[in-house]
Amino acid sequence: MRPLEMQTFAQPHVRTLEDYLAALERKSLLRFITCGSVDDGKSTLIGRLLYDSKMICDDQLAALKSDSKRHGTNGARLDFALLVDGLAAEREQGITIDVAYRYFATERRKFIVADTPGHEQYTRNMITGASTADAAVILIDACHGVQTQTRRHSYLASLIGIRHIVLAINKMDLVGYSKATFDAIVADYRAFADGIGLANFVAIPIAARDGDNVAFASAHMPWYEGATLIEHLDTVDVDIDRATLPFRMCVQWVNRPNASFRGFCGTIASGALRRGDPVFVLPGKRQSRIARIVTHDGDQNEAVAGQSVTLTLEDEIDASRGDVFCAGSALPGVADQIEATIVWMADEPMLPGRPYWLKIGAKQVVATITALKHSVNVNTLEQVAAKTLELNAIGICNLKFDQAIPVDAYAANAETGGFILIDRMTNATVGAGLTRFPLRRSRNIHWHSVDVTKRARAELKTQKPFVLWFTGLSGAGKSTIANLVEKRLHAAGRHTTMLDGDNVRHGLNKDLGFTDADRVENLRRAAEVAKLMVDAGLIVMASFISPFESERRMARDLFEPGEFIEIFVDTTLAAAEARDPKQLYAKARRGELTNFTGVDSPYERPANPEIAVDTSAMTADAASEAIIARLSALGLIHEV
Amino acid sequence: MRLSHLQRLEAESIHIIREVVAECDNPVMLYSIGKDSAVMLHLAIKAFYPAKPPFPLLHVDTTWKFKEMIAFRDKTARELGLELLIHINPEGLAAGINPFVHGSAIHTDVMKTQGLKQALDKWKFDAAFGGARRDEEKSRAKERIFSFRSTEHRWDPKQQRPELWHLYNARKHQGESIRVFPLSNWTELDVWQYIYQEGIPVVPLYFAARRPVIERDGMLMMLDDDRVPIRAGDSGQIKKVRFRTLGCYPLTGAIESEADTIEAVIEEMLATTMSERQGRVIDRDATASMEKKKQEGYF
Repeated sequence: MRPLEMQTFAQPHVRTLEDYLAALERKSLLRFITCGSVDDGKSTLIGRLLYDSKMICDDQLAALKSDSKRHGTNGARLDFALLVDGLAAEREQGITIDVAYRYFATERRKFIVADTPGHEQYTRNMITGASTADAAVILIDACHGVQTQTRRHSYLASLIGIRHIVLAINKMDLVGYSKATFDAIVADYRAFADGIGLANFVAIPIAARDGDNVAFASAHMPWYEGATLIEHLDTVDVDIDRATLPFRMCVQWVNRPNASFRGFCGTIASGALRRGDPVFVLPGKRQSRIARIVTHDGDQNEAVAGQSVTLTLEDEIDASRGDVFCAGSALPGVADQIEATIVWMADEPMLPGRPYWLKIGAKQVVATITALKHSVNVNTLEQVAAKTLELNAIGICNLKFDQAIPVDAYAANAETGGFILIDRMTNATVGAGLTRFPLRRSRNIHWHSVDVTKRARAELKTQKPFVLWFTGLSGAGKSTIANLVEKRLHAAGRHTTMLDGDNVRHGLNKDLGFTDADRVENLRRAAEVAKLMVDAGLIVMASFISPFESERRMARDLFEPGEFIEIFVDTTLAAAEARDPKQLYAKARRGELTNFTGVDSPYERPANPEIAVDTSAMTADAASEAIIARLSALGLIHEV
Repeated sequence: MRLSHLQRLEAESIHIIREVVAECDNPVMLYSIGKDSAVMLHLAIKAFYPAKPPFPLLHVDTTWKFKEMIAFRDKTARELGLELLIHINPEGLAAGINPFVHGSAIHTDVMKTQGLKQALDKWKFDAAFGGARRDEEKSRAKERIFSFRSTEHRWDPKQQRPELWHLYNARKHQGESIRVFPLSNWTELDVWQYIYQEGIPVVPLYFAARRPVIERDGMLMMLDDDRVPIRAGDSGQIKKVRFRTLGCYPLTGAIESEADTIEAVIEEMLATTMSERQGRVIDRDATASMEKKKQEGYF
């Protein structure tokens, strides 16, 4: 192993500055992730890599010496882990809690290291760090061999598609640098790796604390003839992976400085292109040719995966952000339903039926998980039946989008098959998704267009159809008021119907309970039924506690503007509990009912309901009068 | 065609800058006049060529920047034809906040952190590009590229959004904002190498020249104007010095150097054994001080 760049350059008689600068320009980039538990010495290994590659300056070394005395776990010796444990809180806890990025370089390469923790609860962090990594270094403590978490890390690395796995068997000093121990661990790991389809890995015996086989060959292990960790990372070839795939580029931004220039900006996700190449623009499959590859340094003849470019087309095609430029030879699927692996990353569980924002490439759509087939136990890799996904859970799901979009299988192309899910209320990134394949189902079940339309049905009844969605705490008076409103409308000759939460649960939804997941499904079905009835020309009273803003929004989104009237039946919890017509609050307080809204499950107050009535301040009759008056003012009904 | 590491870093940064412009309503680029800002601005120009970057530059002035920095700032904006917004904390100015009198902590908080928050509120920016790099300091290493801020501009290290692949979540509520760091994955050497390869102009203070300095608390302070209170025993002298980072002149230590070309600067950096922010007084205030400042709204 040649020593690293600064050492080499410190001998100016060897090379000139010009040679050095020229060599720098040819340097390549490798991103890798390190996986291992606190005790495997992961932070120590990274600290060692930085130290051996002379990335640690004198002032940092002085700080490390004082930190080692104060916080170190390594006696009087330098504790390299302290170099990389960044935030104050975790420094006190002595653990790493998030993804941190580190940088070092050799003569040939610059390295970006994603340092992620190995605790059970942090699948999220490892997936995040691994998503941009070309290689993974999986640490094993030689004293303990292959552990549950080794299997977990390996499974996650293979799930995210890392092709280059390095098994760094650490703390060889503690097992007497024994070849037999090393060989036994490698054999053990190989048996497991074969089972999850990890065909290729390289195993290296190291002692990170002392630096054996990290940057320099170990004098203690003459039996090991392979490359050191750095030598291996320096030479592993990762560039060919993306360049050989079919061409894809997601349009990020349309650049129109003047009427005569229309440039499509984006980063080439895979493959290569040359001027004059034919391209398809998806969705829509419009075809053209590349006219120019425009850069600030002048036009280029070709461009490859990883470059951020601006393309112009020979034909005037109206492409916009989120569209995908593709090579004609291999087009991605265009689908509004997919099957995908979802890694859940939020404290709030994933709920089938709840809509989320989905971002893929430069495209953002509304996506709903229509089915959770099963979850995967990351320790045993067993399939487990599941109704929701909790933080750090992994599940196989079907998703439906509000529009058809181009999508590749993740295994074929990570850049155009990976996506994130975003909570519509908090805007937090709550999930990562890997497309397994587009589902063709929607293509086979065609939407039947009908001759008798909603409008025609409504005209026969001489009314405007809509839904009155009553939301509020149990006991607020929803059903009572809905009943009074329906009576008034019926008496005035309107065609109405009633969907009541309790009644629906006796029939259509009797398979559902009161967990968050079941509540979401309960409301999804109710909203779909209400929509069918509005399509039939009816005025629908729907009264459901519907405690979550996101489900009320989901229901609203099913209807045309103006058709969904949200009525907030407001009262204090104390007032509702005092009425307690069905004695449910009493049961919930005694612990006989769980997930009861207001008691141990939250009610999210509507921010902007069309109508609000406060039943702690008015009678049910007065509330129904107020609602009728408001509907009249909105122009939905006349002469009631 | 195999891309070099700088080509990859450049492409990643351009992707980030375009993503912000596509997803945010009113972005701005924090322009601090230093080498990192110079690289970030150059990348923005490349990202939108042949159009100009569709956002203004913002400089939060503390009134204690080197004179040469201010001249360079105005020249750069003029030559590139970009809108330059300048904000000085009016309360700090009225109170006469002064690093010599009030110390670096108060000066930095009032003139930089509070000034920045005022400027972002004043122009209602919902995204601000900053030139910070993860290799600068430990708490930066864990910060996301799209770093979310509350309506009070606070950073919560425990509530960071995971960043997967090249998918950045820029969604936010009214009043919230995002700080974006396109140079997150660059190192100091990358920045200098890129400046060298691309021929990007930088403030001449980065190159060694004979300048008037005094030695104060182990730091070489340049006498940039006559506001430095001279103590007994201070002796001004002319030394050949340069700066590795640029900030407020009373808080930025010079180093003695012969490196008066960019090649020489790179050569010197390779041989040095001191980290870049070592010359900055504000980082040494307390352990984990940067993390604390960031939570309060510092870039």
